Amino acid sequence: MTQEDKKIEVKGSNLVRRNFFLRMLGIGTACAGTWVGSGNLVARAQSAETAAAAAPKIPDYDWNKHKWAFGVDATRCIGCLRCVEACKAENGVTQDAHHFRTWVERYVYLEGDERAHVDSQSDAQNIAASGSEKEFRFDNRYKDAKVEKAFFVPKLCNHCTHPACVQVCPTGATYQTKDGVVLIDHSYCIGCQYCVQACPYGVREFNHVMGVTDKCTWCYHRITKGLQPACVEVCPVEARVFGDRNDPQSPISAFLRNNRVSVLKPETGNAPNVFYVGIDKEVC
Amino acid sequence: MIGTMAQAAPYVGYVYPNETDIPWSVLIVIYPYITGLVAGAFIVSSLFHVFGMAQYKPVARFALLTAVSFMFFVPMPLLLHLGNPQRAFNAVLTPHWTSAMAAFSYVAGFYISLLLLEIWFAFRADIVALSKTTQGPLGTVYRLMTLGSDDVSPRALALDHKFATVLAMIGIPAAGGLHGYVGFLFGSVKAREWWSSDLMPIIFLLSAIVSGIGLLIVLYVVYSRIRKVPVDQACMKGLARTMWAFLLVVLVIEGLELLEMFYKRLEGIDMVQRLIEGPIRYGMMIQWGGSLIVLALLTVLIVFRVEGKALVRGLVISGVGMMIAVLAMRWNVVIGGQELSKTMKGLLVYYPEILSHEGLVAVAIVFTCPFVVLWLITRFLSPWEPEPS
Repeated sequence: MTQEDKKIEVKGSNLVRRNFFLRMLGIGTACAGTWVGSGNLVARAQSAETAAAAAPKIPDYDWNKHKWAFGVDATRCIGCLRCVEACKAENGVTQDAHHFRTWVERYVYLEGDERAHVDSQSDAQNIAASGSEKEFRFDNRYKDAKVEKAFFVPKLCNHCTHPACVQVCPTGATYQTKDGVVLIDHSYCIGCQYCVQACPYGVREFNHVMGVTDKCTWCYHRITKGLQPACVEVCPVEARVFGDRNDPQSPISAFLRNNRVSVLKPETGNAPNVFYVGIDKEVC
Repeated sequence: MIGTMAQAAPYVGYVYPNETDIPWSVLIVIYPYITGLVAGAFIVSSLFHVFGMAQYKPVARFALLTAVSFMFFVPMPLLLHLGNPQRAFNAVLTPHWTSAMAAFSYVAGFYISLLLLEIWFAFRADIVALSKTTQGPLGTVYRLMTLGSDDVSPRALALDHKFATVLAMIGIPAAGGLHGYVGFLFGSVKAREWWSSDLMPIIFLLSAIVSGIGLLIVLYVVYSRIRKVPVDQACMKGLARTMWAFLLVVLVIEGLELLEMFYKRLEGIDMVQRLIEGPIRYGMMIQWGGSLIVLALLTVLIVFRVEGKALVRGLVISGVGMMIAVLAMRWNVVIGGQELSKTMKGLLVYYPEILSHEGLVAVAIVFTCPFVVLWLITRFLSPWEPEPS
């Protein structure tokens, strides 16, 4: 876990203690129309709209020089779920079956069935198989069934070119970076969850401790230091590919060059930047 | 409990893992509901102030006070819902203008200012009179409320009337905008199949007006009982016709929307059908059953020219019926939309909490507040015409 994440976590635990007081104070303050702290907020006013224009202070990193993208080769994924485990650990995601920055779906066509049977690691039978919501496993329910076709599909934030979540955020707390990543300013998010509604892919989750929305950042704290996202790093079969589209030699550029790719729900107009190989029409 | 997740929503089929934490609770059902009551009450007052329909005069000023009392509490469910309500002003001071939600404070702020101004002009003569006859701290309040203007000459009163009319004229599109905006908030979410409809703003607006008229009928009858004065028959007949007309239009539009949806049979329609037959089954029965019963009752009252106590009873039943039916409609939209998974392969079931800050008790408190405030305001500023002796 990075220093920045630790800071966020400490901030989170402080918030737990102050939560009730702050909420009540906030409701009272807003209702009465009191402009407590408005000076600070006005200062923020100048930066919020232009959040995407002000580059973060990361040593040796220029976000104008990169264009990140993600590839998923579903034909390679074996459903080991190490990516899910790594993501939760790396990013301090709530340890239960209802909050994920990434997950894996299993599609199984049985003989004679027209529709796929779909489940993820959050399915009750899978949790029973793993023994805990904090451990991830696909159970063996199809052991005796006649399976015609089956595959796994890793899911994560699509970091869309036209993100509906950014469009609906009332404060600009969620924004798009120059290098193509959609991030959330946790210190500015009011926790209305409009973005959770607007995301067609269900990738946004709510952190009830901090009262803010959370989601995959493609491990922005890692990629800006030249590292791979945690899920890509731990994938044993290279089903997850990440890189810079501005670099023709990067794994993602090769992935896009060498494969016929598709994206999820193109009809939404969001223009996702996670590209898939090996999925079929049933994938939702 | 604050800071923890509500009970995870049970589901059937396949839903995205994060969807089991339902984002918008019953508080967001009550938010468009209260906003709608405001719009409806305001429209009735405008029928008198703008269109000069004299039969609405007995309730015109009361309707304004009703609208403002409910408007005060429109932000309440939203603030209770926010994860960080202390940052609510972020959306006001640094609005992100591509978001419909960023407009909320401005739309609501404009509308409440308009209402307060209109009330001031409509009640100015009363305020001046009260400032001269009331002693003590309350008298000081009345004197402050005159804003130094104690001219009640016929010319000044005519000017008041003119201002009130102009404000009411601005208020009609503002009320339409306020509630159409709420419809847009839902209708523009393309990720939610059940919300994403171009008709959402108009359906929200029309159903809002129907529920607001229903509320006004009920409140007017209750207040008349308390004041021990007869209910104005002409006013009641007018309200019956207005409610009937708006209800008919909203039912036709909602019916056409459902018909189109099932006729087109786009991908995922099976799951929409299962939503209607499943999680929102009772909600749909109350919404549609209630609306049709009220429509039939109003038709009988109008066609057979029912008068007297029977008319009042019939209208109170209609008013309560419409308030319940529209509340069910809000539930069906807000909760139903979230119960239909974005995968279109599964359904969730939302169970409201009871005691949490997003629970049913909180909703009951939020919904009781406008009634209490209205009672206090009417004690402070009587909207009723003096009884002819």
